[in-house]
Amino acid sequence: MEILGLLIPVSLFLGGIGLLAFVWAMRSRQFDDPDGDANRILTKDWDDRPRP
Amino acid sequence: MALAEPDLERGLDGASPVGLSACPACVAAPSAERIAAMAAPADARIMLSLPAAHCAACISTLEQAAQTVPGVRSARLNLTLKRLSVEAAPEVTPAQMIEVCRKAGYEAHELDPGLLSATETDRQGRELLMRLGVAFFAMMNVMLLSVAVWSGAEGVTRDMFHWISAAIALPTVVFAGQPFFRSAWASLKVGRLGMDVPISLALILASSISLFETIYSGHHAYFDAAVMLSFFLLLGRYLDHRTRAVARSAAQELAALEVPRAIVVTDGSEVTKPISEVLAGDLVLVRPGGRMPVDGVVVAGTSELDRSLLTGESLPVWAGEGTQVSAGEVNLTGPLTLRVTAAGRDSSLHRMADLVAVAESAKTRYTSLADRAASAYSPLVHLLSFSAFGFWMWQTGGDLRYAVNISAAVLIITCPCALGLAVPAVVTAASGRLFRKGLLIKQGTALERLAKVDTVVFDKTGTLTLGQPEVTNLAEHPKVAREVALALAGASSHPLALALSEAARAEGLRPARVEEIREVPGYGIEGLWKGRKVRLGRAEWCGAAETLPVTATWLCTGDDGAAPRAFTFADRLRPGAVEVMAALKAQKMRVILLSGDSQGAVAALAARLGIEEWTAGCLPAEKAARVAALKAEGAHVLMVGDGLNDTAALTAADVSISPATALDAARTASDIVLLGQDMAPVADALRISRQSTRRMVENFMISGGYNVIAVPLALIGAATPLAAALAMSLSSITVSLNALRLK
Repeated sequence: MEILGLLIPVSLFLGGIGLLAFVWAMRSRQFDDPDGDANRILTKDWDDRPRP
Repeated sequence: MALAEPDLERGLDGASPVGLSACPACVAAPSAERIAAMAAPADARIMLSLPAAHCAACISTLEQAAQTVPGVRSARLNLTLKRLSVEAAPEVTPAQMIEVCRKAGYEAHELDPGLLSATETDRQGRELLMRLGVAFFAMMNVMLLSVAVWSGAEGVTRDMFHWISAAIALPTVVFAGQPFFRSAWASLKVGRLGMDVPISLALILASSISLFETIYSGHHAYFDAAVMLSFFLLLGRYLDHRTRAVARSAAQELAALEVPRAIVVTDGSEVTKPISEVLAGDLVLVRPGGRMPVDGVVVAGTSELDRSLLTGESLPVWAGEGTQVSAGEVNLTGPLTLRVTAAGRDSSLHRMADLVAVAESAKTRYTSLADRAASAYSPLVHLLSFSAFGFWMWQTGGDLRYAVNISAAVLIITCPCALGLAVPAVVTAASGRLFRKGLLIKQGTALERLAKVDTVVFDKTGTLTLGQPEVTNLAEHPKVAREVALALAGASSHPLALALSEAARAEGLRPARVEEIREVPGYGIEGLWKGRKVRLGRAEWCGAAETLPVTATWLCTGDDGAAPRAFTFADRLRPGAVEVMAALKAQKMRVILLSGDSQGAVAALAARLGIEEWTAGCLPAEKAARVAALKAEGAHVLMVGDGLNDTAALTAADVSISPATALDAARTASDIVLLGQDMAPVADALRISRQSTRRMVENFMISGGYNVIAVPLALIGAATPLAAALAMSLSSITVSLNALRLK
């Protein structure tokens, strides 16, 4: 059962990373246009190199 | 913020078409330009509404098309809102961008960015989403620990798990539950029992009893229930907010469609001013194709006016010096200078709109299914919980801890989790589906009202027809006459001339050599053909003796003795009008056509579409009276109209639809707006609304069903936290899935 002392903090830490990622995405307005973002991955623009 | 930067750079890069720079230096160069751009004077921010955009190809086509315009810094299409926002140099005009979109094959409308700024920063929505995310994180972690407890953790381990759960759940409930606490407090202050009171009570009771149990190392803690409750309820709240935000932004978007400006002539120079600054007595110039911004009297110029939006007449009306014009009419052929008699708040357009506002506030408010459910449910929940508390106090001889535990379990289980999701989930699914078909729901309850409709009333001009003429007898004329007509018509932007030249070109005709062509505003076009004077225009100007009952333009070829030829026109049908009629007939709807236009035109259209009940020459008040009479007979009326003459009827009907091209007042008065040109979605809307109301009722029954099973368990004290969690999550998930079944 000692392993719990390690596993619980680890699971909370991982969950916390997920929460932070969510907060970051939220703040940088990545939920403003879900339909558009879903479609943008299909376009061929900037396939050969990243957008400058 | 993080996204703004690539956008800016992309915009600069886009100035050279399609973006593939030939040399590496070009890629490096923009940094200098970027600094220059930063220091540049205030940019024009142009917002366009693009109802037809729907896929990945639309995004790249439109963004690339926009960036070919010199001066455009960046263009980004928001596909969710179907809105293109363009950052550009001040000299780029919205009209230019609309033209670019039109060339790319998309219908575009200008929006007023000033009015839209409020919706862009949808703070409340983001706040809700943030709380939702936090609640989700907490729910997952607490559930992990709870599963361990349920599967048999004992003693110190269980206590530790409970303590960790408490450390996660308590701050979460405090943070995520705020919207409920606030609105519960607000409703308690005015002495009402809203849905949020039992919710808040359940949240607080569950958290505090669990904390108490944890301190005294009890067996059962409801931390998982408390966070799950807040998650599911926030989900419902967020969906509800999203629909409402879309409706609100739609309303603003529509208000923003008409960007109110007028060209004021002062001392010979033309200044563009917002309507609010135009005063009575000013001189205002209205170019051909422009809409009258004010009421006034023509002081210079002759032209023709399209009054269809105000009166429903499809024939243009002649205007010259001394003609009274009203705001909302469209100037067709020549520039007109008006002396303003009333502007802004006093103009006839606004007075009509005010009438609508009064009528709207008098409209009896429809109580939605959700409201009715809440008002029946909320007292019941409290009653059950308190009687459980009282019963167990009496039964156990005053065991407060046990009685409070039971009443908390009852509150948690009956808590309207699924009920809170039942309506928002369906409305979100339905309005999303309709939005993709090109219909915008402005009113949350519109779907429920639409589901009851059994009678559909249509307006003619601008609704079933586009208000655009179409030549009907081109083939009856000799080739020479057609070629001369094409040459003359090509020189004018009058709608009849445009329709004529379009039809003639489609037949592969080439214009005859007509010289010295000039347009006489208000009359027609004349020119010299083989040394003879030829004219295309009004009957009396071309020397025609008779007048026809249908819209026509006359061609006088200058042959002595030959009578002028008449090209007749019919109003072009809106695409999808025929399909809508067929679909409505299949749904056994009663269809009525009410128009302010002349007998002949209305009869022809009714015959073409197979409408049996129609009335021509209807005044606005008659339309409204007819709708009211139908309602008095017990019919549920859907009114579809676009003109100012329809607004009273639109307000009087149970539910109303207007196309995006309609006048502001008409769109304000209606519950649903048709974004594209196509009429066909109207029939879909009726079908989907009936389906979604059925889903709502089903959802109520599902969540009720879970309660019928779980509440007795809770009342006899047999409900464990596991049972509560199961009932809650299962009912919420089934309700959401049921909503998604909508087709």
